[in-house]
Amino acid sequence: MRFYEYEAREIVRRAGIPVTEFGFATTPQEAKAAAEKITGPSVIKSQVLSGGRMKAGGVQFADTPDEAAAHTEAILKIEIGGQMPRGVLVDTKAQVEQEYYAGVVWDGSAKKPVIIFSPVGGIDIEQVAHEQPEKVGRRHISNLRPVSGYEAKEVIASTGVTGSELNKLTPIVTKLAQLFIDNDMTLAEINPIGRLPDGSFIALDAHMEMENEARGRHKKLLADLGVGDDETREAREPTPFELAGEIVDSEDHRGVAGNVTEFDGNLGLVIGAGGGSLTLFDAVRAHGGKPANYCEIGGNPSVSKTCGLAKLVLQKPGVDKIAVMMSIVSNTRVDIVARGVIKACLELNMDPAEKIAIFRIPGAWEDEGFKILDAYGVEYADRTVSMHEAARRAVEKIGGAQ
Amino acid sequence: MRADGIFIAVEVEDSAAADRALAAKLAEVCPVDIFVVVASGELELVEKNIDECVLCRLCLDAAPQGAVTIIKRYDNDTQL
Repeated sequence: MRFYEYEAREIVRRAGIPVTEFGFATTPQEAKAAAEKITGPSVIKSQVLSGGRMKAGGVQFADTPDEAAAHTEAILKIEIGGQMPRGVLVDTKAQVEQEYYAGVVWDGSAKKPVIIFSPVGGIDIEQVAHEQPEKVGRRHISNLRPVSGYEAKEVIASTGVTGSELNKLTPIVTKLAQLFIDNDMTLAEINPIGRLPDGSFIALDAHMEMENEARGRHKKLLADLGVGDDETREAREPTPFELAGEIVDSEDHRGVAGNVTEFDGNLGLVIGAGGGSLTLFDAVRAHGGKPANYCEIGGNPSVSKTCGLAKLVLQKPGVDKIAVMMSIVSNTRVDIVARGVIKACLELNMDPAEKIAIFRIPGAWEDEGFKILDAYGVEYADRTVSMHEAARRAVEKIGGAQ
Repeated sequence: MRADGIFIAVEVEDSAAADRALAAKLAEVCPVDIFVVVASGELELVEKNIDECVLCRLCLDAAPQGAVTIIKRYDNDTQL
């Protein structure tokens, strides 16, 4: 879940990291009042969950509160990346001698957070990493233990920063890393951190993303920031295919058959069980297959619900076959899932034996499930066949790597 | 009466279907709402729910021997 910049700035401030004086405004009058609290020029920034604000005219500088109000009126009318602004951030226009980058991101491969620091800030860190790799420091940290100052210091020092700068930047980066862990973030970034003429450092912009599943653990923070329970803050709007998946899941309370994400491959997936979805999706890709979708089934969905999901996937343009695969199931019944996917084929006048590349769901009621699959000539696999091997067979059936 | 799904068929003897007390009991015990009592008090089978049968045997236990039959069509019409 992404935060607006004004919310991210508040999170940074609460973590004890120095920030410039700022305010959030939804009207020119509020912007004027916020600018009056700032001594000197201000910068007015559109609050959208999208990049490209500067290019679109969503960032303007104001020398007076009246000018801030006028810019706000204009900015609030500008659509950026398909979004109208929620408001504007009225920020201090700081005099900066040098800009730095600090970020913490979840490394899915290492399964740990990684601190990233660069003395070249204000531009995309990817660009810095490409053009000046020696100016980017990285270090993994534990997400279980408190962050130690030496860990942040090592990262900063590895980029050549020394002396007073190193000492002053260390607590900022340490607090940023602790903020990341404390708030279950997937990304916590300050870009830039500015060094002011008096030698102090201050956060000038922030970007935060929280793990969606952790929202329940941070109700107070979200309430303080005014984030509504119904705000999904997804990176992009759901596609019609994904919305149809939500409907399948919501129309029947029994089990889960949804969480659909659309991809552009030719192998439809009906997958799930105890993290099995991600494993199986990755396994299909590892064998060169191109998934048409991601989804999750589990918790013993009804026949009609499974059927609804399978029909949705089978009807997706470009889908040649579906692979029905799960980890070993305990509460989800193999025979119910088998009935659901076969019924989907039959109701669409498709041959289950031809359309279902493989059915690999071992577990509860598997004997009954296998009888059903036998009756319709569907290839199935029991627990002696690994999820990876099942994925390989499915990819092979669809014509191998694309 | 009999109703057939793709995978499951359910048969209820006419005398059992007309028994209001039994009809109410069957409607109560079935976890997937295959049985419903209509305004007349008699039993009807809900065709769209037939394939949802979870083979729990609760209807068989609630009814006299042979009054209700659950048939697995995918298994050579084996009776539950």
